Amino acid sequence: MRKTGMTATELSAAIRRGEIRVADAVKQALAEIREKDGEIHAFLTVDEEGALRKAEEIQKKIDAGELTGPLAGVPIAVKDNICTKGLRTTCASRILENFVPTYQAEAADRLEKAGMVIIGKTNMDEFAMGSTTETSAFGPTQNPAAPGHVPGGSSGGSCAAVASGMVPLALGSDTGGSIRQPSSFCGVTGMKPTYGTVSRYGLIAYGSSLDQIGPVAGNVADCAALLDVIAAYDEKDSTSMKRDRYGFSDALKKDVKGMKIGIPKEYFGDGLAKDVKDRILEAAELLKNAGAQVEECHLGLIDYAIPTYYVIACAEASSNLERFDGVKYGYRAADYEDLDDMYKKSRSEGFGPEVKRRIMLGSFVLSSGYYDAYYLKALRVKALIKEAFDRVFSEYDMILAPAAPDTAPRMGSSLEDPLKMYLSDIYTVSVNLCGLPGITIPVGKDRNGLPVGMQLIGNRCEEAKLLQAAYTCECLQKENGKEQMA
Amino acid sequence: MSKEYETVIGLEVHVELATKTKIFCGCSTAFGGAPNTHSCPVCSGMPGSLPVLNKQVVEYAMAVGLAANCEINRNCKFDRKNYFYPDNPQNYQISQLYEPICRNGWIEIEKKDGEKKKIRIHEIHMEEDAGKLVHDTWSDTSYVDFNRSGVPLIEIVSEPDMRDADEVIAYLEQLRMIAQYIGASDCKLQEGSMRADVNLSVREKGSESLGTRTETKNLSSFRAISHMIDGERARQIDLLESGQPVVQETRHWNEDKETSYAMRSKENAQDYRYFPDPDLPPVHISDEWLQRVKDSLPELQPQKRQRYIDAYGLPAYDASILTGSKRLADLFEETVALGANPKKVSNWLMVETLRLVKEKSMDPQDIRFSAKHLADLIQMAEDGTVNNQVAKDVFEKIFTDDIDPVQYVKENGLASVNDAGALEEAVRKALQNNPNVVQQYKEGKTKVIGFLVGQVMKEMKGKANPAKVNELIGKLIQEY
Amino acid sequence: MAEKITDETIDYVSILAKLKPSPEEKIQARKDMQQMLDYIDKLNDLDTSGVEPMSHLFPLNNVFREDTVTNGDDRENMLRNAPEEKDGQYVVPITIE
Repeated sequence: MRKTGMTATELSAAIRRGEIRVADAVKQALAEIREKDGEIHAFLTVDEEGALRKAEEIQKKIDAGELTGPLAGVPIAVKDNICTKGLRTTCASRILENFVPTYQAEAADRLEKAGMVIIGKTNMDEFAMGSTTETSAFGPTQNPAAPGHVPGGSSGGSCAAVASGMVPLALGSDTGGSIRQPSSFCGVTGMKPTYGTVSRYGLIAYGSSLDQIGPVAGNVADCAALLDVIAAYDEKDSTSMKRDRYGFSDALKKDVKGMKIGIPKEYFGDGLAKDVKDRILEAAELLKNAGAQVEECHLGLIDYAIPTYYVIACAEASSNLERFDGVKYGYRAADYEDLDDMYKKSRSEGFGPEVKRRIMLGSFVLSSGYYDAYYLKALRVKALIKEAFDRVFSEYDMILAPAAPDTAPRMGSSLEDPLKMYLSDIYTVSVNLCGLPGITIPVGKDRNGLPVGMQLIGNRCEEAKLLQAAYTCECLQKENGKEQMA
Repeated sequence: MSKEYETVIGLEVHVELATKTKIFCGCSTAFGGAPNTHSCPVCSGMPGSLPVLNKQVVEYAMAVGLAANCEINRNCKFDRKNYFYPDNPQNYQISQLYEPICRNGWIEIEKKDGEKKKIRIHEIHMEEDAGKLVHDTWSDTSYVDFNRSGVPLIEIVSEPDMRDADEVIAYLEQLRMIAQYIGASDCKLQEGSMRADVNLSVREKGSESLGTRTETKNLSSFRAISHMIDGERARQIDLLESGQPVVQETRHWNEDKETSYAMRSKENAQDYRYFPDPDLPPVHISDEWLQRVKDSLPELQPQKRQRYIDAYGLPAYDASILTGSKRLADLFEETVALGANPKKVSNWLMVETLRLVKEKSMDPQDIRFSAKHLADLIQMAEDGTVNNQVAKDVFEKIFTDDIDPVQYVKENGLASVNDAGALEEAVRKALQNNPNVVQQYKEGKTKVIGFLVGQVMKEMKGKANPAKVNELIGKLIQEY
Repeated sequence: MAEKITDETIDYVSILAKLKPSPEEKIQARKDMQQMLDYIDKLNDLDTSGVEPMSHLFPLNNVFREDTVTNGDDRENMLRNAPEEKDGQYVVPITIE
């Protein structure tokens, strides 16, 4: 049995040493889910039978010495917008309620090849559109670290599943902060890799130029190990990149000496909750004391990130979601007069309000007469935002930032005012617009005991630097905690 | 008194490329599979699937562009054209609007009166074909088959430079030859591998400004295009003469009824919301790549035609016909390469081959017989092994079944009889049996010799050499 | 000044997006879209003249596949999720009049 507090890499090591059987690790995860998920609702589908069968296969391969990777035998949860062959994949939408892919997402395939066991599919905002996991057609997820509060979104289910200890690892996806923000709200570690690092093949697209699959973990080392598993060039994804170096776990060194970390002063102004700001700056202080050069910097253009992001994301989404039409798969309305009526009813009944809102906005900004004023304008501003980041990275190794303006809001308080919800993405969307890597690690709690996360943003393909700084920070916090206990 | 009108025509020609696989996935483009047996998550629009560009499509598009004197866009991109239709699985078609691969080209056509004219090409872009719909009016349903979905197309958009159906057809024939010579497409209108949409407007003669145009789709033969152009010209002139405006609209041609009707739909605004496809990185065409494609361009029809005139001494007309189909030109050259006399080869192709092609309403591209068999037959006709009539009969067998003429003639005993004794015997018999005819001949009606030759051929079961028979009759007739 | 979103705008966009909002949803959609576009208008504060629209982020280009058939007959799988299917084809309401 997996001991409480055992990390994913420790669990795999124990499995490979023969101390724990894969089936037992899987059974424990299933038992945890049975016990906790009634309350939390992190999972939309739990594949008990499939997982147990897989566990046996993997056990055999481990015993035969065929599977030796650092995460072999570890159970994992997968966000429900990542296609899993033979396992229902819904995007938390009525329109895909009964969709069972007959093909496997490349990222999911890589998990299986690494000997990991997919336990189930996690809840999310419908089609990853939302910041709270409340737009799921199948009901919201509770924040395990803060009952009554949302887990954040859209990868809320994945972050909640890890935060509650039901699984040690999960895959999320991040289009505008959908891994980093819920990781912050749930107190887990989550990373959005550089665009093109993880194949998007089989990830049901929201904003194709922004989407990226990434790891959600209980600590930095597990996060790096999972990134090692999923990061690879894939010829099925034309935007996939051949990286010069992989081996992200090699970056786990407790050393930040000489690292230049910029803190954009625009990110720490009025909009940021005091406790969040304090916790993040305390963590920054730890890094500084360990030899990093931490200083305020100017980023600029941050007010333009959200409008730019919503124009681009919604435009792409309006096109990406056209394929859901009741013809080839998914929901088809029961009664309709003709083809057009079938399309309209199937889509109107199949999509939830937030998805429809974004499809409408996206269709509008691409429509005749508005394309230049909105869509092209946004692509131009995106170029300027990228220049702003390039300027900072010409001087700094990374940017230190919040992942959200505040800790997790109460359930039911966000959907009333969509614009207000969109505005809370201020610290995360630029990273997607510019294709950059970003990681969130927990840095303590606010006065109400809600987790606070800190985001580190790196230049293109500089995940290793981020992981090194995040790992150092994690170590320093642990040491600091022990000192305070003593 | 009615005014004089001029017709202004521009064409959008879709050419299906002859790649083995689809433009964005590894599915076969082969014709004739059972529905949806050549489909995968990508070309069926499954969620999460992604397109990967077939390199051969870019090379074909570039080659056609170069042959049509286009500028090659060194940085071309794909865009999504958004519209809902069941044959369009993603409900967007991947095409090129903003940065097409070729621009600003021209091709030269030769009109019926021999006058040459340049037709400008606005652009050529790459795109994917849609699937197929089959309708069942009894159950009010349509069936969707994605076997054709994702088959690569290039769309060649001309400037409005054509003035009548003859020019349009000459232009289409030129395009077809370019694509066939390059091997980019077989360009068969009947099978839909070449499709034309016709943009047509009329204006008063002498006017510089363009009238309102209509776009007519679904034209699958030169005949249909001809009829449609005449019909649409008349329709628009009627409207203008009666003081009504021409409405800019898309029309559908019904070839059976030889009429067109407007395709209007309240459900579909013509607003395609084109934007760059984020799933496909741009295509950058380097100098080296461009040069490589240029170097690999084959000899095209105008050059080949000139060479046939210069090198083989063929008449211009024959050279045009032979080079008008790549298959015919290939056959010609292969047969000549086997040592056959070019004029004889040309003759066999121009007369017998094209007669059979026409009789069987075939496309010359579908000629199946081998050059070797034609060369052998020509040889046999030359050396008198078979007479002309037998040669023609044997050729029909070559044309339909590609038989080996040497073996066939042997097995069927069709070789000419050159045995002087047997021939003389037959001639004497014919002269003896037809004293009246012999008499007529002697009285100066020399034309009756044909009858005597026929009698001899009959006797010889067609296997005699008619020239020799003639000669022998002339020599022996005085003895009777 | 942001575009004024009217009922006609919502009707038009609904045609494009193949959605059929109820009267109440239309009112909400109008409000939401107006609010978002007013906010997006902020982009107009920024002078972007001379800036190339950035459709693709990284200098990645020429990603190709070779022209080789890699897929066989997978019809059964393709049609497994079809709402209505007949003889290996997807079935839809008739598309011609």
